[in-house]
Amino acid sequence: MIVRFWGTRGSIPVAMTSHDLRAKIESALLSAIANGLRSPDAVPAFVDRELDFLTRHTYGGHTPCVEIDAGADEYLVCDMGSGARPLGNHIMARAGGRPPVVNLVMSHVHWDHIMGFPFFAPAYVPGAKIRVHGCHDTLEQAFRLQQSPPCFPVDFSRLAADIEFIALQPGVEREIGGWRVVPKLQRHTGDSYGYRFERDGKTVVYSTDSEHRPEDAAEVEGFAAFFRDADLVIFDAMYSLADAVSVKEDWGHSSNIVGVELAQMAGVRHLCLFHHEPAFDDRHIHGMLEDAIRLEQLTRRDRPLTISAAFDGMEIEV
Amino acid sequence: MEMHQARYGRATILAPTGRIDHSTSDEFRSLLEPHVDAAAAQSRPVVLDLSGVEYISSAGLRCFMLAAKRAKSGGSAMVVAGLQPVVREIFEISRFTLVFDMFASVRDALAGVDPAAVAAFDRDNPLRPA
Repeated sequence: MIVRFWGTRGSIPVAMTSHDLRAKIESALLSAIANGLRSPDAVPAFVDRELDFLTRHTYGGHTPCVEIDAGADEYLVCDMGSGARPLGNHIMARAGGRPPVVNLVMSHVHWDHIMGFPFFAPAYVPGAKIRVHGCHDTLEQAFRLQQSPPCFPVDFSRLAADIEFIALQPGVEREIGGWRVVPKLQRHTGDSYGYRFERDGKTVVYSTDSEHRPEDAAEVEGFAAFFRDADLVIFDAMYSLADAVSVKEDWGHSSNIVGVELAQMAGVRHLCLFHHEPAFDDRHIHGMLEDAIRLEQLTRRDRPLTISAAFDGMEIEV
Repeated sequence: MEMHQARYGRATILAPTGRIDHSTSDEFRSLLEPHVDAAAAQSRPVVLDLSGVEYISSAGLRCFMLAAKRAKSGGSAMVVAGLQPVVREIFEISRFTLVFDMFASVRDALAGVDPAAVAAFDRDNPLRPA
């Protein structure tokens, strides 16, 4: 089972700047000089082995879109942020001419989580089936609204795929494409919902756009139960704790620190920091990851917790 | 959870002990806030002596933030002092170092918020290193 990240940024898509790119090039060239790199054949191995993550990589800038791939015929996708555009191209490339079946599960309908749908290629394919699942009664309205004049040139009604909207209820288990799925209400303006997915003895939790109140014991216990023994929790870690409980309180997002605490409490195996702040560059996001790893080392319980920070194109095997 | 209190010059010293986590943060907050409110009412500074705190979680840090807001609303400052290495690292990891003025010791904190109180502190704590 593979979890594939197509969009990991919060709020608005961002791109690496020319300044950032130049810094990476300079860092790579300095490293090449220091390592005496001479042969073109040695370049790929040099990049993989000698360059650090911040030099050879970027966290990327697409807004949330995560594919959970159990190797089944039907796709399961969380959210339709701008990462839905490359995902749509990937699905069409793999389709081999067959119209795909895609199950979407929506955390909520804020723009950064739906903006990719007008560019999601399967929506334009006759015979394709797209089932949009979510707990908001405004789900269909939001999808239609962003594809109505004057916002977008192609009206929602002109999409060729068979698109169905399916209402879910928080706390009520539902079977979706072979997965057992349970939604949970989260603290976010206009509400958001996290989802616990179970299949073949594996559990993945998608919990983004969720603010936590660590002093609220009932809420903490509720999320610990929701995350309980999960193989992977994808967690909104947009802010530092200091920001989350001060100037950005009530902004509807959480921190790397609360992510580590809840994951430890719940016995989670792998915590993936997600919904990165658009104002953060690669170095800042990497710092958030290093801080989370250090906190886990300081507070480790029975077994170590694996922690990563999601990047566009990342794959996690569950 | 215990909270020792002392007064030097205009400054109130508050010294909690133990762990401040999800299970003790409510108690910590109820012990802390009356002192902070009393100091804020007279615009007096507050020094949190954390030398007796072994660990602090996000719930405890949020109590600090709420208390600092209450102090600030009364025109007083709240600073922290004497952090054990683990607690200091948690402050750094959570970026609370950007929010609170931090001092190595209560004496250093007093020198920062009410220098006139240092002499009285030294009289009461003759064995403490300067």
